[in-house]
Amino acid sequence: MSKFKKKDDGGTPAISTASLPDIVFMLLFFFMVVTVMRDNSLKVQNILPFADQVEKLDKKNLIMYIYAGKPSPRYQETFGTEARIQLNDKYASINDVQQFIKEERQSKREELRDKLTTALKVDKETNMGLVSDIKQELRKAEALKINYTTKQGEAGLNLE
Amino acid sequence: MAKRAAPEVNAGSMADIAFLLLIFFLVTTTIETDSGITRKLPPIDDEQEDPPILKERNIFVVLVNANGDLLVEDEIMEFKNLRQATIDFLDNGGGLGDEACDYCQGPRLTSSSDNPIKAVVSLQNDRKTQYGRYIAVQNELVAAYNVLRDREANRLYNIDFTEMEDAYNDPEFLGDKDKLKEKIGVIKNLFPQKLSEAEPI
Repeated sequence: MSKFKKKDDGGTPAISTASLPDIVFMLLFFFMVVTVMRDNSLKVQNILPFADQVEKLDKKNLIMYIYAGKPSPRYQETFGTEARIQLNDKYASINDVQQFIKEERQSKREELRDKLTTALKVDKETNMGLVSDIKQELRKAEALKINYTTKQGEAGLNLE
Repeated sequence: MAKRAAPEVNAGSMADIAFLLLIFFLVTTTIETDSGITRKLPPIDDEQEDPPILKERNIFVVLVNANGDLLVEDEIMEFKNLRQATIDFLDNGGGLGDEACDYCQGPRLTSSSDNPIKAVVSLQNDRKTQYGRYIAVQNELVAAYNVLRDREANRLYNIDFTEMEDAYNDPEFLGDKDKLKEKIGVIKNLFPQKLSEAEPI
């Protein structure tokens, strides 16, 4: 008998998957760090335009969000494809904007009220008519600080 | 007593659990976009004041029509030339005497603005203009101001204007904030951002 026994060849050995959880956890932590919880569920299409001369918005609690755009595909049957405004979680009409601003103001501490900024998250395909109407309402409500929320990028990308 | 090795725990399902958590986070969270172009709206005046009289040459009219075409000072313009045209207009410095601008580097044409302090950019759009286009134009106009402010800030303080503003807005900034504010004010006075928006037609 030979001294060197041939290894019995039982197929390829199983690949260790022990590091798989570590990798997935790494991904998980990455996502936990870079994202925030969704506070409003979006009911409108919201592809923001690009701009590169942007300022960062700090102090999350001092921002009021107004969304506008076409209703999302699943709502289009009931609400059509005309651009709409979304305040909080509901569709709203242009007349609700002043009331919304008033309520948001009420919910903040008094000394912070004049520091509130309105962030307009408007889909890039919306007509300016709607945006102008919103701006007009904001002027009436004396919420004069606004911010056109945009994605970081060359402005030329909007033209395509 | 004989020492027995602890049996290995089967960690095969750990990956599944981690995936479950991962997918949960993917679904419930968003990557927040929290930057944008900040603007101030004009307050509504009850009493109708007469608008200040401006010289025609001090107004830079930018018109965006429903198709997104640009009409600048009555001439059709390509989008990519808008920034430079705005810079040329603001930096012209064609004024004489009291209205002279000693820091402008423009060609001092008599057909363009007297002085950046007098110059007003007027942006008009149609109700059917797409928002994306409007933002693109708005962005170019702000960019023109930033280019000029950067230039002056570099000349006076050897630092970009945008850098100064970022530092000023940074809560962890350690330097002298009052001094920085003063410097920003000086630059802002040299090139005040006078952007007027007409209500859409």
